[in-house]
Amino acid sequence: MNIDWVALTVFIILFVLVTVLGFLAARWRRGDLDLLHEWGLAGRRFGTLITWFLLGGDLYTAYTFVAVPAVVFGTGANGFFAVPYTIIVYPFVFLVMPRLWSVARRHGYITAADFVRGRYESRGLALAVAFTGILATMPYIALQLVGIQVVLAAMGIEGSGLAADAPLVIAFVILAAYTYFSGLRAPAMIALVKDVIIYITIFVAIIYIPIKLGGFGNIFAAADAGLKAKNVAAGALLAPAQFPAYATLAFGSALALFMYPHSITGVLSSNSRHAIKRNAALLPAYSFLLGLIALLGFMGIAANVQPRAPYGAQWIVPGLFLQMFPSWFAGFAFAAIAIGALVPASIMSIAAANLFTRNFWRDWVNPSITDREESNIAKLTSLLVKFGALIFIIFLPTQYAINLQLLGGVWIIQTLPAIVVGLYTRWLHRWALLVGWAVGMIVGTAMAVSQNFSSVYPLNLFGSVIPGYAALYAVIVNMVLSVVLTWVFNAASAPAGADETAELDYTAVAA
Amino acid sequence: MNTRSTSERARPARWWYVLLLVPFIAILWVPFYAAWEPAAYGVPYFYWYQFLWILLSAVLTAIVYFATREPEGAETNAEALSQEDLP
Repeated sequence: MNIDWVALTVFIILFVLVTVLGFLAARWRRGDLDLLHEWGLAGRRFGTLITWFLLGGDLYTAYTFVAVPAVVFGTGANGFFAVPYTIIVYPFVFLVMPRLWSVARRHGYITAADFVRGRYESRGLALAVAFTGILATMPYIALQLVGIQVVLAAMGIEGSGLAADAPLVIAFVILAAYTYFSGLRAPAMIALVKDVIIYITIFVAIIYIPIKLGGFGNIFAAADAGLKAKNVAAGALLAPAQFPAYATLAFGSALALFMYPHSITGVLSSNSRHAIKRNAALLPAYSFLLGLIALLGFMGIAANVQPRAPYGAQWIVPGLFLQMFPSWFAGFAFAAIAIGALVPASIMSIAAANLFTRNFWRDWVNPSITDREESNIAKLTSLLVKFGALIFIIFLPTQYAINLQLLGGVWIIQTLPAIVVGLYTRWLHRWALLVGWAVGMIVGTAMAVSQNFSSVYPLNLFGSVIPGYAALYAVIVNMVLSVVLTWVFNAASAPAGADETAELDYTAVAA
Repeated sequence: MNTRSTSERARPARWWYVLLLVPFIAILWVPFYAAWEPAAYGVPYFYWYQFLWILLSAVLTAIVYFATREPEGAETNAEALSQEDLP
């Protein structure tokens, strides 16, 4: 190993700082951490600003910061779909999420599956939603580790064996410990620091690197030429044949994003519907950041950074930083990415733990569970979930996690009819939703697997082939089935179950 | 108290929400912007158009927020922003 000690020292200092913050967070806006809504939702006490940091750190993950430029580097404009995706997600959030917040506040729901259970009186449908959430989240946590792995490698810590894996394991043990003790308060507090570091890094990068590379005109021209040399025919633009895929990926991903448990945990931890609405207008600042980060892929081409085994194109961002920045600033930037992995990994494990505890353990195993037991089970589950992800990354090829995370988007969107349609109307039948969900899961998975784990499926429709996002195709099947089967079940007088929510719950300002 | 003004405030104008559809149209119809020219400071149209829409859609969302704001108890927004986030 050839370790960059200057970069590593800066990295470690910042890492120690956030570790201390993570443990101190337990005392922040003190609550009884033996209650699940205190541990797992921080007592629903976060205002507009903290929610902004928390959701920003939660949704724009370290893996995103490494993977999006990698795709832009490899395939050009196609990879830029992350930007339109994060544009249209916020009008959607503005409309839908305040309703979820209000009804959850009224009825003490901690997860989306809690809501589904109350709305449809269906433990089964709630379990399906919870299962999907956990399934989609696990590989996502694992991928956060990939982000840490790549920056550790950039500082010279790589290879196989104990010495190479130890730093990753240590980072994760620390993460697991403060998540266990502080709950959602830990990632919220760390997000404050992390986001400041990441904004500094990106603004320096986006000003300094183009100056060294002769301006944006040169960068785009070099990227265009470089991509054409790599047989990407449209260069740095999209070919007309790619339009449907680009638009459906953006639209489908936007619909899926806020179905993820970690997004919903972030939403439910805020202290008012107004905080959510304000954030729908303020979070695009992170989308702007993401757009700039995507352009690092083109700068990588212009600077002639080469992909490196075993990380492939994911090496581009760290490789570019190493080439462009002095060691100390590279260490600063790498810390931003690694800490940027801890925040979402922590929230994801909390969200998965909430689902497991509420919608599996309490609903199916031990309905008479006390509040204290509930919170203990969630804490233990958060540990298990993280160690599962760690083992996955250390012992299995990274590609497995990437493929599963891609499937995760296809899976999680299948909970949209039950959750989002359910926020507006009780018309859909619970059994119809369950069948629609199951078929959507199968169809979507089959589509992605048939394309060798590509999320774009060439749908053959009336003789013309439309390549589009498999998740979107599958959720349309799900939706159509849910509607048709609702007629069938209603005609057959299948019991619809009681609805414990009332119309006014969805617009309530306070509990 | 004036009953007319309270009933107006309780029923915010719904058509403001139509503004939220605009980003979907501007962004999901790719032929609107899949071109290199006109480039700005070396950045192709395809890219700066999308950066611009990040900003425009945030502005539209903010407009809808202020236009449809629900009553929020006694505290004003400025107070809420400054108080609720003090650690």
